[in-house]
Amino acid sequence: MISLAGRDIAHSWGKFVFTGIGLGLLLGVTLTMAGVYRGMVDDGKALLDNSGADLWVVQKETLGPYAESSSLNDDVYRGLLAMPGIARAANVTYLTMQVRKDDRDVRAMVVGIAPGEPGTPGWPPYLVSGRQITRSHYEAVADVASGFKLGDRLKIRRNQYIVVGLTRRMVSSSGDPMVFIPLKDAQEAQFLKDNDAIWRSRRRTEANPDFNRPGASDLLDAVIASQSTNAFVNAVLVTVKPGYAPDEVAASIRRWKRFSAYTRPQMEGILIGKLIATSAKQIGMFLVILAIVSAAIVAFIIYTLTMDKIREIAVLKLIGTRNRTIAAMIMQQALALGAIGFAVGRITATYTAPRFPKYVLLVPLDSIIGFFAVMVICALASLIAIRMALQVDPAEAIGG
Amino acid sequence: MSVNGIQVEGLRKRYGEGDTAVDALKGVDMQVAPGEVVGLIGPSGSGKSTLLKCLGAVIDPTAGRMVLGDEVIYDGGWKVRDLRALRRDKIGFVFQAPYLIPFLDVLDNVALLPMLAGVPNDEARAVALELLTALDVQHRFRAMPSQLSGGEQQRVSIARGLVNRPPVILADEPTAPLDSERAMAVIRILNDMAQKYETAVIVVTHDEKIIPTFKRIYHIRDGVTHEERGEGRGFA
Ligand SMILES: Nc1ncnc2c1ncn2[C@@H]1O[C@H](COP(=O)(O)OP(=O)(O)OP(=O)(O)O)[C@@H](O)[C@H]1O
Ligand SMILES: [Mg+2]
Repeated sequence: MISLAGRDIAHSWGKFVFTGIGLGLLLGVTLTMAGVYRGMVDDGKALLDNSGADLWVVQKETLGPYAESSSLNDDVYRGLLAMPGIARAANVTYLTMQVRKDDRDVRAMVVGIAPGEPGTPGWPPYLVSGRQITRSHYEAVADVASGFKLGDRLKIRRNQYIVVGLTRRMVSSSGDPMVFIPLKDAQEAQFLKDNDAIWRSRRRTEANPDFNRPGASDLLDAVIASQSTNAFVNAVLVTVKPGYAPDEVAASIRRWKRFSAYTRPQMEGILIGKLIATSAKQIGMFLVILAIVSAAIVAFIIYTLTMDKIREIAVLKLIGTRNRTIAAMIMQQALALGAIGFAVGRITATYTAPRFPKYVLLVPLDSIIGFFAVMVICALASLIAIRMALQVDPAEAIGG
Repeated sequence: MSVNGIQVEGLRKRYGEGDTAVDALKGVDMQVAPGEVVGLIGPSGSGKSTLLKCLGAVIDPTAGRMVLGDEVIYDGGWKVRDLRALRRDKIGFVFQAPYLIPFLDVLDNVALLPMLAGVPNDEARAVALELLTALDVQHRFRAMPSQLSGGEQQRVSIARGLVNRPPVILADEPTAPLDSERAMAVIRILNDMAQKYETAVIVVTHDEKIIPTFKRIYHIRDGVTHEERGEGRGFA
């Protein structure tokens, strides 16, 4: 027996290839959407991995520092270092803002990292070029995704920074590239007011007789100095000594220090379960719509292709073709269309994924699931056409 | 007359029920011997297509008896379970239009029937080629139907009707779209094939050109057949 479906496809391959390409572009979008979700999850995990921390200590009753704002005094880490099981503890600040280079703005997550040596929690774990920050002011390490290059001069608030090193895949949970600067500079950037605001606040302080007492001008200076420095950080990143369980250390921090402390799995739960959950639902909704649209398209195409063959189907039935053979012909065509579409979609997704501004991660598992989903959709979509074909009366071939 | 071929006795067909019922066949009697080609003529609405559909096992008669070859296929009810297999193995159809499968080449259009019956592809194609040769279209066997002339297509469709060596061929206005020369050629082929393969052939027609070629003609009027001697002139 010959393959009726195969012969029909070979005969009208143009129709199949063009509709297959159309369907493929749609499936390409679908695979890319799944890739966007995977990319977000992967960005989140990279963020946690790259921070080098075992525990995140944040303001009590917040989900900080990535999901909610959190503020801690910058001397908290000293107390933590004295606790059993804690190897290192380092301050860190995170601030998403516009970083300016010449007349161009880049949205970036500015990370203030504590002074120390490479390996300090919060420091970028590896560089693709350049060196780590060595001076305590005005040096920056930027992610390549920001488009900055070694030697570039960046403007963050009113200060200039020179890019001394570059990282890769260091992005925030929303995909913004990171720019690392010294902690002190970052604290200042978070706090820095514009000149007018500083001037107004100084006038207000001067006008307060409690601070501006005759004969005690030192007091006024001290108050003003305290107003223009920032003693807060967003989190303390902690590493745990070998032999200690992060869970237990976190529990004792919560008990004794009255802060919230999260382990790596808990932090991942917050990022994926809370921060990107809405985006995930959004994408899930898109996937459902795209699946329905693809099914409708396949159903429509297969239906019209079958409609065009009604007379031939009546003849096939009249000369003794079994229903099974006719149904198989239609279903095989639907599956072939799905396979062409999937191949086109997969290729499209592979070539377009790197061009997306955010990380798009094409997971083989998604492709496999996608392939089977497409096949099931095509098989189901062909049922309408099969039903119609089976209802064709062989007497129609004889005519009136 | 041999018992083989086609025998129809008291065949009735009623469409619908009650007030709107139409008695399309009211007791048709007909015999066609193996190797014989008979004409079936009658005015529009007289029941020609209905008779062909009953014989072709695509609609259910209401009463009567039908014998195809050596098998009683209908006697007040169908006597064969698989009507599709019956059509495939016992009946060759030739239509007014050739109705070839557009996505199969000439050879496979003809070979499809034996393939459907489970004959290996090579064997089926060998049989098909033999018939195409007999009908003088073997040189076009790799062409697609759309690349053939109307007459060539009709010959291919006759080959398809004959390929399973059915004891019966039912032809519904097979010459309608053809000029008189081609129409004659088709009738000649049907006669040759009928004799060569011992096939009983019924040709439904309005075609004045071919009516004189039949030795026997059945007239059908108001659902009843009348046998008539044809001129049996043969073919120019
Ligand atoms: N499916 C049907 N339902 C009801 N009545 C039908 C049906 N098919 C045919 N008839 C009726 O049965 C009668 C015979 O019809 P049939 O098609 O057999 O005529 P015919 O001899 O083939 O005519 P023509 O030469 O016009 O093709 C007609 O009166 C027709 O209206
Ligand atoms: Mg008719």
